[in-house]
Amino acid sequence: MEKLTSQTIHETLDGLKNKSFSAVELTKDYLRAMEEKRLLNAYVLETPDKALAQAQEADRRYHNGNARALEGIPLGIKDLFCTEGIRTTACSHILDGFVPPYESTVTGKLFAAGAGCLGKLNMDEFAMGGSNENSFYGPVYNPWKAEEKLVPGGSSGGSAAAVAANICAAATGTDTGGSIRQPAAFCGVTGIKPTYGRCSRYGIVAFASSLDQAGPIAKDVRDCALLLNVMAGYDEKDSTSAKRNVPDFTKVLGQSVRGLKIGIPAEYRPEGLNAEIAACWDKGIEMLKSAGAEIVNISLPHSKYALAAYYIIAPAEASSNLARYDGLRYGLRVSGDHLDNMYINTRSAGFGQEVKRRIMIGSYVLSAGYYDAYYLKAQKVRRLIRDDFVRAFADCDVILTPTAPTAAFPIGDCSMRENPINMWLNDIFTVSVNLAGLPGLSLPAGLSAAGLPLGLQLIGRPFDEETVFKAAAVIETETGFERLK
Amino acid sequence: MAIDTKTVNRVAFLARLKIDEDKIEATEREFNKILNWVEQLNEVNTDDVEPLSAINETDLICREDEITEGSQAEKILANAPMSEYGYFVVPKVVE
Repeated sequence: MEKLTSQTIHETLDGLKNKSFSAVELTKDYLRAMEEKRLLNAYVLETPDKALAQAQEADRRYHNGNARALEGIPLGIKDLFCTEGIRTTACSHILDGFVPPYESTVTGKLFAAGAGCLGKLNMDEFAMGGSNENSFYGPVYNPWKAEEKLVPGGSSGGSAAAVAANICAAATGTDTGGSIRQPAAFCGVTGIKPTYGRCSRYGIVAFASSLDQAGPIAKDVRDCALLLNVMAGYDEKDSTSAKRNVPDFTKVLGQSVRGLKIGIPAEYRPEGLNAEIAACWDKGIEMLKSAGAEIVNISLPHSKYALAAYYIIAPAEASSNLARYDGLRYGLRVSGDHLDNMYINTRSAGFGQEVKRRIMIGSYVLSAGYYDAYYLKAQKVRRLIRDDFVRAFADCDVILTPTAPTAAFPIGDCSMRENPINMWLNDIFTVSVNLAGLPGLSLPAGLSAAGLPLGLQLIGRPFDEETVFKAAAVIETETGFERLK
Repeated sequence: MAIDTKTVNRVAFLARLKIDEDKIEATEREFNKILNWVEQLNEVNTDDVEPLSAINETDLICREDEITEGSQAEKILANAPMSEYGYFVVPKVVE
């Protein structure tokens, strides 16, 4: 029999409902698998007591016939989500020992729907990174070709690796420039960054508030839809969350894409695009075409400027958001002979290199005399990027692109270590989606010659995750991608 | 716009960060590399383009200005590295 931990959420829910196994048995299987796979370093904190208590409650509810939408499903939680009474650090030294006295809205909703918490997942410090190498708790190993010590992607590297390695049923992630989609692609799992405003950001440690969105990373498209059903919705505690009805995202799965217009942006096929990535993309296009969709060539002319605009806007917002880490109210404190020196000592010891780099850039572009030249300019380019999508969506219903320019690369890659811009180039196909606030989903669509997963990205109109899910389900069925068991 | 050591130190202070003496030169070089790279934005004509600061350009929702979750000083102080008498403790700031 297939291991319980290899099953998707929808398969697991069937088993729990039929009483083929109990939530406690399932949770114990996951806890055992976590222990066996500790070398991946996917979890920074395991919470077996909480998981088992939640599983017992789930079994009671199945017995009493009042099970909720995700009853008994054990999840991993990215360490960026505040979890009441459970250490939350954003994988930064500066949040040492921080135990939130409140719960993030998204995790609160998941637990209120019956999901359990297996522990907190590793990530790049403050979600800044594309390889999970920026974590205070050390890198995460991609479960694919584990002997080759590859990165899982980032920033939600622990989330994607844990889902791929079957040490959680699914995980929460966050995505500011690609942090759900790129690791999902690197680890051969599925993840969606919903439309900006779809999920509440309350209780998620802030990185760049105009770009951050929470979303699920899961074993398949249907699981992502099931999780987003629960995670989404207006929250008065986040003034940017949208007052919108949340449809049942699973309803569209399996529906025909006949007549659907699939946009293929010319700018996403630059000269020198990795041949395997290009071939994987072409296969995806063919699949949708064979399913009756219409392929439309579109142009997103400002795409090439998205990364530069992003690396002004995101650090600017980060430098402002991270000003709160002052050694006074929570986390690390390194004393100094007066107040300023206490701030300086605390922040210099508490932040890692990439976080400091971005705070410095942000402080510079926001400082007097440079604000117009950098920050305002980037915001203007952001509007042009958004307008490109508005125009493109007049001609198509959903856009198909690769998720990342390469497959997973080795930990400690020299070119990226020496030049941060090389690392940032990983986000080349994903950042525009954040700048424009659109929904974007990554799903595995094949393997490279070296046997590593490759991802495709579907981008939808604002609040049209349904079309994204519908098209993704077709590619998923056609691809028949084999997850790790 | 090339960055010099003085600017690196000024920005570091604005950010309340300390750059070690032996890292200043490398930081300066990296900073210049990044700024040269983002200057590609100057190729884009943005005359008459309004800056986009928030993607959902709707009016923010206002609520009554009233206490919703008050009286939680203990919880708020629970994570403080130093607290006394219901306050955060800071280094002396007045002589």
